[in-house]
Amino acid sequence: MNLQRMLRGLVGILVLALVPVLPVPPFWITLLNNIGLASLVTIGLVLLTGVGGLTSFGQAAFCGFGAYTTAVLSTSYGISPWLTLPLSLIVGAVIALPLGLITVRLSGHFLPLGTIAWGLALYYLFGKIDLLGRYDGISGIPPIEFAGYRFLSDGSIYYLIWFFVIAVAIGARNLLDSRIGRGIRALRGGGQAAEAFGVNIVRAKLTVFVFAGVVAALSGWLYAHMQRSVNPTPFGLSMGIEYLLMAVVGGSGYVWGAIFGASIVLVLKDLLQRFLPDIIGTTANFEMIVFGCLLVVILQLARDGLWPFVLKFLPKRPPKSVPISVQALARRTLAPAGSPLIKVEKVRKAFGGLVAVNDVSFEVKAGQIVGLIGPNGAGKSTTFNLITGIASLTGGSVSYEGKPLSGDSPRQIARHGIARTFQHAKILPDMSVLENVALGAHLRGSAGVFRSFLRLERGEEATLLAEAAHQLERVGLGSYRDRPAGDLALGQIRILEIARALAADPAVLLLDEPAAGLRLGEKQELAGLLRKLREEGVSVLLVEHDMGFVMGLVDHLVVLDFGTLIAEGQPAEVRKHPAVVTAYLGGVA
Amino acid sequence: MIAAFLIQDGVTSGAIYALLGLALVLVFSVTRVIFIPQGEFVAYGALTLALLDDGRIPPTASLLVCFGAIAFLLDLWGMRQGTDARGFLRSLTLNLILPGVIYGIASVLAPLGLPSFAKALLTILIITPMGYYIYRIAYRPLADASVLVLLIASVGVHLAMMGLGLVFFGAEGLRARPLADANYSVGLLPVPAQSLWIYGATIAIIIALYVFFERTLLGKALRATAVNRLGARLVGVRTQLTGVTAFTLAAAIGAVSGVLIGPITTIYYDTGFLIGLKGFVAAIIGGLASFPVTAIAAIGIGLIESFASFFASSYKEVIVFGLIIPVLVWLSLSHAFHEEE
Repeated sequence: MNLQRMLRGLVGILVLALVPVLPVPPFWITLLNNIGLASLVTIGLVLLTGVGGLTSFGQAAFCGFGAYTTAVLSTSYGISPWLTLPLSLIVGAVIALPLGLITVRLSGHFLPLGTIAWGLALYYLFGKIDLLGRYDGISGIPPIEFAGYRFLSDGSIYYLIWFFVIAVAIGARNLLDSRIGRGIRALRGGGQAAEAFGVNIVRAKLTVFVFAGVVAALSGWLYAHMQRSVNPTPFGLSMGIEYLLMAVVGGSGYVWGAIFGASIVLVLKDLLQRFLPDIIGTTANFEMIVFGCLLVVILQLARDGLWPFVLKFLPKRPPKSVPISVQALARRTLAPAGSPLIKVEKVRKAFGGLVAVNDVSFEVKAGQIVGLIGPNGAGKSTTFNLITGIASLTGGSVSYEGKPLSGDSPRQIARHGIARTFQHAKILPDMSVLENVALGAHLRGSAGVFRSFLRLERGEEATLLAEAAHQLERVGLGSYRDRPAGDLALGQIRILEIARALAADPAVLLLDEPAAGLRLGEKQELAGLLRKLREEGVSVLLVEHDMGFVMGLVDHLVVLDFGTLIAEGQPAEVRKHPAVVTAYLGGVA
Repeated sequence: MIAAFLIQDGVTSGAIYALLGLALVLVFSVTRVIFIPQGEFVAYGALTLALLDDGRIPPTASLLVCFGAIAFLLDLWGMRQGTDARGFLRSLTLNLILPGVIYGIASVLAPLGLPSFAKALLTILIITPMGYYIYRIAYRPLADASVLVLLIASVGVHLAMMGLGLVFFGAEGLRARPLADANYSVGLLPVPAQSLWIYGATIAIIIALYVFFERTLLGKALRATAVNRLGARLVGVRTQLTGVTAFTLAAAIGAVSGVLIGPITTIYYDTGFLIGLKGFVAAIIGGLASFPVTAIAAIGIGLIESFASFFASSYKEVIVFGLIIPVLVWLSLSHAFHEEE
């Protein structure tokens, strides 16, 4: 972090700290407290919605769990609020975990629908349980005490609330800017590429879901001790919707945008509640019309929210400097050249009645470049997907160093050191080129959520980024390192995918049409790179259409046509094979 | 006896949920919009009918004029780069003249004390075009957005429509007069004529939808759009037209449901949301795709609700909405892990 940014942060904190001391109207402090509480929930939603591509309308219910946990324990059992804090958070996590397990595996829209339903169900439940005081709620909750000081006034709990807001915001940013965070950010792009590099997609989704639940519970805990009483109303569905509105207004991809969005919505709500009744003449809560329209208009006109407009006025962040890593990452020991590595035996894939891959068998030996060619629709990419576990086998088996791979997930297969690129490149356009490549090195790090949140994994992160930068230099994209990957041309994106695969320290590289969209010079460079990898002992299996590229490069060629293997052997032999000639030239030549 | 009564009650509300569930599946499969505001049409329908019963001009008629005016302004904004007279006239007719005429009809007929069937038709006439305007104003600019964005927008539309309901109808609940007052009995069980109307209308709408989708070109276009949007477009289906049709149909079904349910329970400005959500639970059980499963699930929800309100009345809502959890468990176990692109 550079000095100027740190200074700006400190000034911001100082201004925040001075507000209660200044002669401001007391309702400002109340409003700021409410903004802080809402910001906590919204930060969780930003990670869930904006970053992870999941959505919940039920976050208010998690606040409820946090609030009621501490309310019951501190009133009925006299337990100190500081002891109920971890308990509240644990309750939030324990509730979020099974709900998440159920819903994150479903496709996108079932989760939000589910959250609407349980948001309602839990609201009614809070209001029915005797222990929770039914709709009257629980009052007489003790204030938080610290070293004899009681956080009684709005002005004092203000500091506690904003301490947590800033801590959580910084932690959330740390989390996103880490190995785990890259996995989470990859969720929005569909996650297929991330999974091929060993990111556990379900776990990444659960991580953000539980995180959002826990910070909402934290907000609830603070709320209970600020308000000193709880009832079901603030934990209902309409509050849940309001939190989502805050995330959308702020810009659902930005952690600081969460605080911005919460401020806008709550200030607006305050103004509407104060002035709207004078204009319309009644006191019902008409702000929902304004909020509803606001939500639709923002989605129509500024889908990324309003925070990007604020960012325009802030000085741009300098690109992250890549730390020079002290220790190199451990390399995988490669099998001796010539030993059998991948064995594909009679694999078969049928889509209904169509047999896309028909009992194909071949072998990739260590230190070999094997080409897989064939006309369009021959089943080459499907064969790739069968090897990497993206498609499931209808019959036959795939083994790696004698161990069966069949039935393993792409993630488990990636662990063996099988790295791939995709025919339709799957990159994360909003992430920098460097971060895209670092995603490939996911399995070479081990830091978890907590270490990332607290930024204790910087050493490991530095080695991962240094490795990614090294691979970028190696493929010749070093100068694009800090650009968003979406800026690259198609050919460069293919090369980026290769760099990402290399960052995984692969034993076998599976390249799906790597040369498509490359210019001649680039193709030659790519061929040179692949030869160099072969010298290092890495095996390559590649699907390609460009015969000139393939013939001069590969050691062994496998030809598919209509899903069936029609020839294999040395390139020169295969070229003369009658079946191959027929398949490519229609039998005339 | 009690069981029979509960079953009758459950099937009646289940039939309403089925209608809403069908509308939701219809809109989702054609436009990918998860149409949370569906319930608002029910509330608008029921409240409009109740006001017509009192001989008052329903505020939904003026609301319709407002919606039309906004849609017209949006059309004008879209035409700022040049327009042809035909497009302008079409927009004028659709957005200004049509709601104006409906408003005129409503204000002339409302004080006359029409027969209940005519009032029901008038209600449906007022509510149905709202589907088009909601689509034009809120969703058409978002046609390229993801399911998630559309869903969040739906929640916004729901909030706005519920708020407008509060402004126009007030916080008081209203109950409409039944379409027919008669009471029949099957054995010992009394069956109010209104329930028969509900069953009849539900079955008629299901058959009509079936015929529409299976036998008409527009219906087939809708199905094609549901299966493959881009493909449908390439063969010349105007996907915007199918979107309009889906939303208008949904509004019509909502209005019918409102007319049917208005006389059997007191409707508040926010009741529609809860009723609509029960339709949602049914639609989710149907995977947001299957019409028959949705209809059957809706009847099941009606029955569960009716029995729950008898045996554990205070936990009724908890049970009905909690029901979604086992459903999601079942869906997550039975569906292979698949990602949405």
